[in-house]
Amino acid sequence: MSETTPDGGVALGAAQPSDEGLTAAELAARHGLAVSGARPRLGAYVRGLWGRRHFVLAFSQAKLTAQYSQARLGQLWQVATPLLNAAVYYFIFGVILRASRGMTTDTYIPFLVIGVFVFTFTQSSVMAGVRAISGNLGLVRALHFPRAALPVSFALQQLQQLLFSMIVVFAVVIGFGSYPGPSWLLVVPVLALQFLFNTGLALIMARLGARTPDLAQLMPFVLRTWMYASGVMFSINGILAGRPEWFIRLMQVNPAAVYMDLVRFALVDGYGASHLPPHVWAVALFWAVAFFGGGFVFFWKAEERYGRG
Amino acid sequence: MADQPQEQDAAEVPEQRIPTVIADELHIVYRVNGAKTGKGSATAALSRILRRGEQRGVRTVHAVKGVSFVAYRGEAIGLIGSNGSGKSTLLRAIAGLLPAEKGRVYTDGQPSLLGVNAALMNDLTGERNVILGGLAMGMSREQIKARYQEIVDFSGINEKGDFITLPMRTYSSGMAARLRFSIAAAKDHDVLMIDEALATGDRRFQQRSEERIRELREEAGTVFLVSHNNTSIRDTCDRVLWLERGELRMDGPTEEVLKEYEKFTGK
Repeated sequence: MSETTPDGGVALGAAQPSDEGLTAAELAARHGLAVSGARPRLGAYVRGLWGRRHFVLAFSQAKLTAQYSQARLGQLWQVATPLLNAAVYYFIFGVILRASRGMTTDTYIPFLVIGVFVFTFTQSSVMAGVRAISGNLGLVRALHFPRAALPVSFALQQLQQLLFSMIVVFAVVIGFGSYPGPSWLLVVPVLALQFLFNTGLALIMARLGARTPDLAQLMPFVLRTWMYASGVMFSINGILAGRPEWFIRLMQVNPAAVYMDLVRFALVDGYGASHLPPHVWAVALFWAVAFFGGGFVFFWKAEERYGRG
Repeated sequence: MADQPQEQDAAEVPEQRIPTVIADELHIVYRVNGAKTGKGSATAALSRILRRGEQRGVRTVHAVKGVSFVAYRGEAIGLIGSNGSGKSTLLRAIAGLLPAEKGRVYTDGQPSLLGVNAALMNDLTGERNVILGGLAMGMSREQIKARYQEIVDFSGINEKGDFITLPMRTYSSGMAARLRFSIAAAKDHDVLMIDEALATGDRRFQQRSEERIRELREEAGTVFLVSHNNTSIRDTCDRVLWLERGELRMDGPTEEVLKEYEKFTGK
């Protein structure tokens, strides 16, 4: 608008008969007006999102606080919910079905708890992602911000939830005889990579869920199938022993399995490198980068269409 | 020669006639899922899903039909029309929040709707909602900190005790509405759009908010106001757009349009 001020005197006479003389597009171009609601370029989009980082963080924390604010025990549920989940799985798979095969109790219980918590991290990011746009249409239709702020914010909320859960994980792991060592530090890069992977997945699901809200009904089944196939309650190469090598490898490079096994490897003494597929770190990095980058671009491509419906 | 009277026209407007919003043959269509009339059974739903294309259980609502206008800097424009005539939809489209089906809206800077209701959470304290709402509107943390006291004082939430540290779900509906308006009105806007925001709170708060809107109007480039209250339109606006069934029925000086509108509604 600043460029137009110097020739304002000219524009004065020219802008007046605009309805007859100039087309709307010409008038807009003359005064430097931009199309409202157009999708910004990728670079500008990323900058816009970075500019809203405080909002993303505040929104995720607010969601986290609001989640249990009606409950008597309040934030204690952040830790109690995953712990109860782990107890249920232990009862079914550890006591009744004896899925521990070849693992001692001291290894199996931390194995199970880590599996449940780490998988829940991905699972709830996906579920939150599906509803990130479709469940917040009011926000999308009222305020302006890069829409990616929503799925990213929900993924961040799940990360904070996981950090609470890690307190329980550490307690359980120590309780069953694996003590802190240098290898524990590996947890940090693993969870960072998993967070990137989850965010990418949440972005993809957010775009799909914005177009087809029905996904929210369908996803729990997909996710449960994924959970049973990822070796949350059993060791993949323990239970598949005797199957073809390529089949076991295929099951093991599944991103959920990769991140779970890496955390187990880092924390549990009785869970050695023999349980990991070859090039596991490269695979973990690949999933994170591919899904985060791909998911971000995929989400951005539909930026101007969110909110229709 | 022909320019002569127009320049006089322009001189009446405090600033030069610089367009800030241009709507060009704007059409907005809503698509509503699962509202198709007919059998509601699961098999019917399934067959609709399987049938590809426009049919699939989607109903369309043509909310705005080919509206064109140019708004200039310094104007305060009222939008009137009966319920469901497309006023709020038009505002959202100008703000770029609803994608246009056909046509375009050009704007100078980023128009913003006055309202943060959707960003606020009932389970959080008023205090945290002020911060969250400010961030959602794109204010920085420093700006919010600087304005925080002003927002709380304006809302008058703390007049009857320390309510700002209680969750918003404990507020009365009037208190919540006052806080929402106070947060929303804390930011300065280039192009400001107000959707019936005047009708909140008690009488004293209404006066205060009308005053604040006048202030915002002076700071903002262009103001759009949607209201069913003809008095507040008369008080604030110098130009009125009259929408009816998604079409622009009249566009002109406030008095002229309101006279016709009042005749139309039988007042």
